[in-house]
Amino acid sequence: MELPDDGPGTVSVRNLTKHFGSVHAVQDLSFDIRPGRVTGFLGPNGSGKTTTLRMLLGLATPTSGTATISGRSYADIPQPLREVGAALEATSFHPGRTGLDHLRTYAPYAGADDARCVGLLEQVGLGPAARRRVGGYSLGMRQRLALATTLLGDPQVLLLDEPSNGLDPEGIRWLRGFLRHLAALGKTVLVSSHMLSEVQQSVDDVVIIAAGRLVHASSMAELSALASTTTLVASPDAAGLKALVASRGWTAHSLGEPPDAPTTPTPSVELDGVTTAEVGAAAFAAGLELHTLMDKSEGLEDIFLRMIASDVDGAAR
Amino acid sequence: MKTSLLSEYRKLTTTRMWWVLLIAMAAYMAFLGAVMAWSMTVTPADGSTPAIEVTDETIRSSVYATAVTFGYVFPVIIGALSVTGEFRHKTISPTFLAEPNRLRVLWAKLGASLPIGAFYGLVGTLATAAAGASVLALTGNPTLLGDSETWAALGRSVLALTLWAPVGVGLGALITNQVVAIVVVLVYTQFLEAILRIGLGSLGDVGTTISTYLPGAASEAIAGGSVFSTMGMGELLPWAAGVVVLVGYALVCTVIGAMTTFRRDAV
Repeated sequence: MELPDDGPGTVSVRNLTKHFGSVHAVQDLSFDIRPGRVTGFLGPNGSGKTTTLRMLLGLATPTSGTATISGRSYADIPQPLREVGAALEATSFHPGRTGLDHLRTYAPYAGADDARCVGLLEQVGLGPAARRRVGGYSLGMRQRLALATTLLGDPQVLLLDEPSNGLDPEGIRWLRGFLRHLAALGKTVLVSSHMLSEVQQSVDDVVIIAAGRLVHASSMAELSALASTTTLVASPDAAGLKALVASRGWTAHSLGEPPDAPTTPTPSVELDGVTTAEVGAAAFAAGLELHTLMDKSEGLEDIFLRMIASDVDGAAR
Repeated sequence: MKTSLLSEYRKLTTTRMWWVLLIAMAAYMAFLGAVMAWSMTVTPADGSTPAIEVTDETIRSSVYATAVTFGYVFPVIIGALSVTGEFRHKTISPTFLAEPNRLRVLWAKLGASLPIGAFYGLVGTLATAAAGASVLALTGNPTLLGDSETWAALGRSVLALTLWAPVGVGLGALITNQVVAIVVVLVYTQFLEAILRIGLGSLGDVGTTISTYLPGAASEAIAGGSVFSTMGMGELLPWAAGVVVLVGYALVCTVIGAMTTFRRDAV
């Protein structure tokens, strides 16, 4: 097993920028991806995920900045299929070629023989369809074939663009387990997606971009920590509520009325880091009358949506 | 390079296209070989003299060179498809992932097109010769198959057809859009070259000289003539010069393609 280390297997993006005419597809993007972990590369459609991957893979030339894998640009890797396995969203197949023949056309570059091609097809669940033409494959089967192609050279780094597109729930579950297994072997695994919920159970780290810019990069645990508990509480006794908040040392947040809220007859506060049960119990003990007691905690998806939404307006240019 | 060649060779042989086109070529060439042999040797019913004086030389250039004169569209298309098909089906991305050196990809495609082109040349030439010789024999004419010059002409026919496959690769590198490339090939081979030759021929010596460097004329030069030259339409280069011209077309197109379409961001 290769031990994760700073050099081999690290994917590094530095100040990467790509302009298509007046469209700024990727803007000054920097992040790192480490071996032994599954990283979710997240952003809405059109946020620059695929463009970033294409630059990382030498298929598109950056306007400025660098993208390297194990310290080298893709074009400088002597036998790239043995180091990097990549499946792009647009990756396609000749419909008249069988799944096995598709692998065999790229196998020479990966040093893979026919037996390995057959073995890989079995590994991704395409054994029975190996000798059928790809034109007759479903989207899910094509995704599995694309994954098998990335594995031809047993690479250290795997870059997969929307790999669960078209997979059925059972296929998605299988893919999760498979990617976790690869990361456990010390490989670097990047999975792009436009939905956090699709990958949140299987990734260790997240890199979130919107409108071509980085909005967040951290471990999944750190992202989860941002999902703080918030409780909305309203009472006709404004002074009593204020006293209760002060006596408990809670952080009251957005005191007063939000501008777009419907007319509330009673003063309300949002309390960070406190559950509805705690507030309810404290109010009961203090004899305070409550008219509203509501869990306003953010889910992960809410955080994700807020992150990508707040950035879309500001960073479009 | 061996790796790229093997990959390109597998790409060519793992779809149905190569044998579908090959069967079409064999059938078409056998038909034309028979028709040419028939029309060369049968005396017109009204007793007038045939348009072409029938000699060993004209039999060789009109009947046995038929595959080169009319059949080169097949190897040129299989060569062009080896490039345009990758763009059409977006397999160019995985190809560039496997070999980031895009020029090397093109060299491999040129190299891999040669054995395929040679096979097309062999089958097309044999189909023509078999059908032509059968008609000649049935109509009581000498088949000339005992003649070493005939076999040399047939060999050069295979060579000329072989070289058309890399010319197709070059064309595909220039014009990566598959539909456009096929239309260009069909319009040029079936129509434009003949028009150009007639047009240039009417412009006097300079025009005639230029017309000998057209790709179709160069390949007919390799084969040692054609029904066109037999009918006095234009002159041809020496056969070795024809080889140089045809290889030149393949290389120039490929290099221009490498510097233009292959430089762009891959789709």
